[in-house]
Amino acid sequence: MEVYIKGIGNISPQYTEDSKVFLDDVVNHESDFLLSLEPNYKEFINPIQLRRMSKLIKMGISASKICLKDAGVENPGAIITGTGLGLVGDTEKFLNQVLDHNEELLAPTAFIQSTHNTISGQVAIALKCFKYNNTYSHRGFSFESALLDGMLLVENKDADNVLVGGFDEITKEHHSIVKKTRWVKNETIKSLELLDHKTQGTIVGESVAFFTLTGEKDENTYAKIKDIKTVYKPENNQEIEAKLDEFLAKNNLKKEEIDLVVLGLNGNIDTDDIYTHLADNYFNTNYAYFKHLSGDYHTVGSFALWFAANTIKHQKVPEVARFRKENFTEKPIRNVLVYNHFREVDHSIFLLTQ
Amino acid sequence: MSQRIFVTGIGIISGIGNNVEETLQSLKDKKSGVAEIKYLKTNHKGVIPVSEVKLSEEELIEKAGLPKGEPYTRSTLIGIIAADEAVKNAQISDIKEYKTGLISGTTVGGMDKSELYYKDLLETTNHIEYIESHDCGDSTERIADYIGVKDFVSTTSTACSSAANSMILGARMIKNGLLYRVVAGGIESLTKYHMNGFNTLMILDREPCKPFDENRQGLNLGEGAAFLVLESEELVKKSGKKVLAELTGYGNSCEAFHQTASTPEGKGAYAAMKEALDRSGLKPADIDYINAHGTGTDNNDLSEGRAIETLFGDNIPKVSSTKSYTGHTTSAAGGVEAVISILSIQHNMIFPNLNFKEQMKELKFKPVTEIIEDVKVDHILSNSFGFGGNNSALIFSRY
Repeated sequence: MEVYIKGIGNISPQYTEDSKVFLDDVVNHESDFLLSLEPNYKEFINPIQLRRMSKLIKMGISASKICLKDAGVENPGAIITGTGLGLVGDTEKFLNQVLDHNEELLAPTAFIQSTHNTISGQVAIALKCFKYNNTYSHRGFSFESALLDGMLLVENKDADNVLVGGFDEITKEHHSIVKKTRWVKNETIKSLELLDHKTQGTIVGESVAFFTLTGEKDENTYAKIKDIKTVYKPENNQEIEAKLDEFLAKNNLKKEEIDLVVLGLNGNIDTDDIYTHLADNYFNTNYAYFKHLSGDYHTVGSFALWFAANTIKHQKVPEVARFRKENFTEKPIRNVLVYNHFREVDHSIFLLTQ
Repeated sequence: MSQRIFVTGIGIISGIGNNVEETLQSLKDKKSGVAEIKYLKTNHKGVIPVSEVKLSEEELIEKAGLPKGEPYTRSTLIGIIAADEAVKNAQISDIKEYKTGLISGTTVGGMDKSELYYKDLLETTNHIEYIESHDCGDSTERIADYIGVKDFVSTTSTACSSAANSMILGARMIKNGLLYRVVAGGIESLTKYHMNGFNTLMILDREPCKPFDENRQGLNLGEGAAFLVLESEELVKKSGKKVLAELTGYGNSCEAFHQTASTPEGKGAYAAMKEALDRSGLKPADIDYINAHGTGTDNNDLSEGRAIETLFGDNIPKVSSTKSYTGHTTSAAGGVEAVISILSIQHNMIFPNLNFKEQMKELKFKPVTEIIEDVKVDHILSNSFGFGGNNSALIFSRY
């Protein structure tokens, strides 16, 4: 496919807002979960509207505007978002009202803002964009579905300058519930030491990241997204290797031509095996990881795409993100492959090229 | 890229029947599913009427032949039943034979169980399995596992246009050669959460809803699940199987006006319908019938009605809202109404807009109020509009 990233707006637990720098300074979070570093919203939203908006809406509108500015685009040709859990804060607010007040005397605001398409709708209102608009909510395929949809729009020339975003938020209340599952670590850790804690579960994070996709390459282009693939419930490592073989062959690439593999390692000893397996037995190249920077969540693929695109744009893999550092060799970064999975169920592969 | 998209199977469960055959019978009998609340645990029981699937969860589990005690939400159960019927209806014996995807739409996801156990989830470790059935993807993955789909799974979540958007992505993936077949549609069970949400917006009619009526008082919520099997032209040629209809057009546009309201002139509705028509290559005069979004709210019926008038001018096709039968099944509505539209094409019938009495002052047209038989129904426009300004339109044509 001929689809290029020409702008990014990423609000995350790291300093990702400014596209001129790439992880020059890194925040080492030491808390139960990783919250985003919120921007000065007044730069993007007028104060009257700002007061009425919940956190994710503010982050969503700001990230979309950062992205379009970065791309030099005024109005996008489509808006597509993906989210695993949507507007968790508003959902909790309305649900607690319904349960605590016995279904009486409820205020509609939290309900109105709690549908998963709120961000795509609010961004459309903020940008006055009347074109194609869609939202996906499917676990580890939420952002990936949005990205696929956007790439098809560009590829089929149904739209250009397509705004594709992924968003999820973590709240204290939701964290108190997911902490009871085997997916979240019980202990509080320093985020940069994520892989040193050989325990069950991961740390939860959040972000909102938008990308402007275009069919035309220009001086703003970060990278070309050559292909993406989702793999649902692979039986074992062999099936994953077979899917990777098929994927690389389809894109006329040998695995030796991949300059960097970005792995979704999240520090969960139960589910990180596939990543080390791929590093040890399948690829033979440089590796990076990123969830010690972002935390893990359904749409972390959007953070991974930001990371991968920036390794190409800046031609560097920040030291903090190198995996298997001892074997890291300096070389031009032309082809980058991202491999991520959500709870061993939803696996995704992105292929980016210079 | 020039592949045509064929519908080869349909499956449905809603307040008017547990399968396609029962649905058709209720449509012919003018039998609405809207009634007093029986299954949903809510204080609005006896006050706000809804169209529930007429089976308890135990009965749904038994009907689907599933093990008891698993964390299946009501949405998942009805989704499994409808998707399985669609696959069987399409005479698919080995779903893994060709690349097949499942794209389902839902907005409240597993909320029916989350709201039941939420305080337990916060305060105890009881029912913790239901935290993993809360998100929208859970139902889709359980349906996929039940019908054996592995090549692609995804979930749209654009409120009341979710199912229509599932079909649009499915059609585009087939056209791009990514999949040969897609089971596409939507599901939604009733929840206290969205019933109370709609109630705070004061758009729930306390009586059976009256779409396009001057004195309409709002919508009735419904629950249901409906799926279509979409297949590529190549695959249909190869198998020679019966085609139920062709998906000839689709449109998606955003109103970008207000989170829960449409412009009075129906800008978004117009744009979605126009795009669907343009894509199909049909002229407005070719459309024989519009299965309207027609919720019965003040706002929707006015803006949709005006958009229809703008697009069709003086030659307005027959219009009805079958939400007067099924209630507004929200994320499933696009699927439910696609199935009803295909039944119209198959049986040369147009199903009426029940409960209609008085024409809207602002509109030139009245909806169809009686069953029309032996009528030419070659092209149907089916509208689905959602919160957030997400408007979609589909065109189904006789093959």
